[in-house]
Amino acid sequence: MPKQFLSIWFESLSTDWFCNRDPSLRKRPFVLSMASHGRKVVSALNTVAATQGLHKGMAIADARALIPSLDVKDDLPNLNEKLLQRFAQWSIRFTPVVTIDPEDGLILEITGCSHLWGGDLPYLQEIIRKIKALGYQVRIAIANTIGAAWALAHYSKQSATIEQDLYAEQMMCLPPASLRLEPSMIERLHKLGLKQIRDILHMPRPALKRRFGDAFMKRLNQVFGIEEEIIVPIIPVEIFEERLSSMEPIRTRKGIEVALQRLLETLCRRLTHEQKGLRKALFTCYREDGKTAGISINTNSPSHHTKHLFKLFENDISTISPGSGIEVFSLTASHVEDLPSAQEKIWEASGGGLKDQRVSELYDRLSANKEVIAIYRYLPAEHHLPEKSFKTADSLTEETAQTWKSDPPRPLYLLSPPEQIEVTAPIPDYPPMFFVYKDKRHKIIKADGPERIEQEWWIQRGRHRDYYAVEDEEGKRYWLFRSGHYDEEKTYKWFIHGFFS
Amino acid sequence: MNGSKADIIARLQREILPLQGYKPLQNKQAQGFGLAEINASFPNKTFPLGVVHEFCCDSKEGLAATGGFISGILSTLNKNGGASIWIASSQHIFPPALRSYGLDPERFLFVLMKREKDIFWAMNEALQCSGLNAVIAELKSLSFTASRRFQLAVEESGVTGFIIRDNPGNLNTTASITRWKIKPLASDTSDDLPGVGFPRWQVDLQKVRNGIPGSWTVEWAHGQFNLLSSEKKHLHMLQKKTG
Repeated sequence: MPKQFLSIWFESLSTDWFCNRDPSLRKRPFVLSMASHGRKVVSALNTVAATQGLHKGMAIADARALIPSLDVKDDLPNLNEKLLQRFAQWSIRFTPVVTIDPEDGLILEITGCSHLWGGDLPYLQEIIRKIKALGYQVRIAIANTIGAAWALAHYSKQSATIEQDLYAEQMMCLPPASLRLEPSMIERLHKLGLKQIRDILHMPRPALKRRFGDAFMKRLNQVFGIEEEIIVPIIPVEIFEERLSSMEPIRTRKGIEVALQRLLETLCRRLTHEQKGLRKALFTCYREDGKTAGISINTNSPSHHTKHLFKLFENDISTISPGSGIEVFSLTASHVEDLPSAQEKIWEASGGGLKDQRVSELYDRLSANKEVIAIYRYLPAEHHLPEKSFKTADSLTEETAQTWKSDPPRPLYLLSPPEQIEVTAPIPDYPPMFFVYKDKRHKIIKADGPERIEQEWWIQRGRHRDYYAVEDEEGKRYWLFRSGHYDEEKTYKWFIHGFFS
Repeated sequence: MNGSKADIIARLQREILPLQGYKPLQNKQAQGFGLAEINASFPNKTFPLGVVHEFCCDSKEGLAATGGFISGILSTLNKNGGASIWIASSQHIFPPALRSYGLDPERFLFVLMKREKDIFWAMNEALQCSGLNAVIAELKSLSFTASRRFQLAVEESGVTGFIIRDNPGNLNTTASITRWKIKPLASDTSDDLPGVGFPRWQVDLQKVRNGIPGSWTVEWAHGQFNLLSSEKKHLHMLQKKTG
């Protein structure tokens, strides 16, 4: 199947943008001005101004002299780039491979796309209709090479052209400027009387190469498909992407769900076939009014389980606002990992711990909920202070060489942060006799300690802690500590840090 | 004649139990959990798994004691290596402490949720996940409907659920199989050694469906439960008399 490219040329991109904001400008001569070498020159003009003899690059003063009623507005920096970027994103609904043609155009690779719209002509007309509806004038051409599509869009007499295998014929009558050459080169060709591409092609190629150089030959070859031209799409094409266009714009939740379900089924079938699972997926809805809405999911381990993935998306479907209707859906697996198919069956009967597929799916479902503050799995950490002696694991499978310390016993319930208490203690380094916590006085009957836990001076400054495990007269067990040494000024403080079971 | 009647009743009882949500879980059921006589209180004379247990406590000390008792149960349940989920509104379980119960803290997932209703949701999701061994949730209130949903979920998945209700307020009827209350008791250092002894609790089995409630003193020592005294409550008898 020969490749097909579509070139879009916005004839007056920036002035159209201004006209859309102020429709009255459309009927009047109107130019955009830009400072250049200390004077103001015309940087863009609308068709009315063009027909009245103005041209790009002329001084504003001269233009005003020609048309006294001329409307002049300051050009916005980078307006063209921004608009093109937006149009490029927008046109992804027509094909996944879109690139910006600097200054005022777009190049789309449309190989195998147009049949979805019922052929090249309806496809082309649909694009023109959509862009016109947005208030921009365009010229579009489809051809088998980028060079030819560009040339036909810019220099053909009609605004929409489709040239399949015969485009070479059509190209013959176009001027050399359609080859995308440097201005100096165009001038040289013009001086030599080469007014049409036909004239150039009649000359022997070695002579052409000698006279005009490699850059010229490259352009010529690109137009006729002798040399391939590679474009860099604005969004890299994902290998795992599925699209679904609908005949009628979709507005209901049910409709979106059906589309998502169908896309997931096709994508998962492909993933399963290639023994892969997705970690990140993005579901994008292209709306009729040019806006897009999207929702994304993450999984904690690669998955190609349609039902599970659908559940993850399900919560967020309500955040998609269909507006006037959604016409194209796309589902992209932006992060894919290998998933050997044998893995699913290992833990059929009993729980397989955290490596179990079902646990991992539960983890995904829980973390997809916005109300979840956090899901932690802890690993031991090499720190002295109790509150730092564990760290959160990054994944369900992460392991560490460090081991848990549980001797002397630790309380099951830890207060964070520790709460200050009032204590009566007999002599230094003896456990306290009484302590008051939350207005309740506890008489201490049994106690273990002290266990000194030092601050880690290389991390933070502070005083050491002397921990005591104590039991009161009711049999309740607590973990208390004194921070700092006993001293005359009584600068030490007592805290309660936990409850033993 | 009398003997055969008792046999028939026993047989019928065995048939009724599965209908009421007690599923015989062959492998797990064989474990005694070191609960010795307490097991006699349960239907089938074993600690019921694949059901929802409810624990009540009224203080942080009680919460810690309840956590300790549940950890003791989990230490047998998780022996063959399984994962558990602990759902709460704040993180206060100190992971290294789980080591004292022979548990691997790395096999726990701690889920923190803002509101009660989200904890319900998470609990319900987790109970449906048959890849888990146990789900522990800290909840204040538990409606009958919610407990029924939990029960239905575990009947399907075989997961054991533990609900810890801190300051539950009014104790409404729930569909949970049991209701426990664990209170800390003074540890024993009878040999006059200084310091704090092994954790010791008063374990009250306040309610058990098709079983006999009771109250025991239990100690956790050397990695197992140690039953110290038992005192069967006459509640069950009373209930029978009053109907």
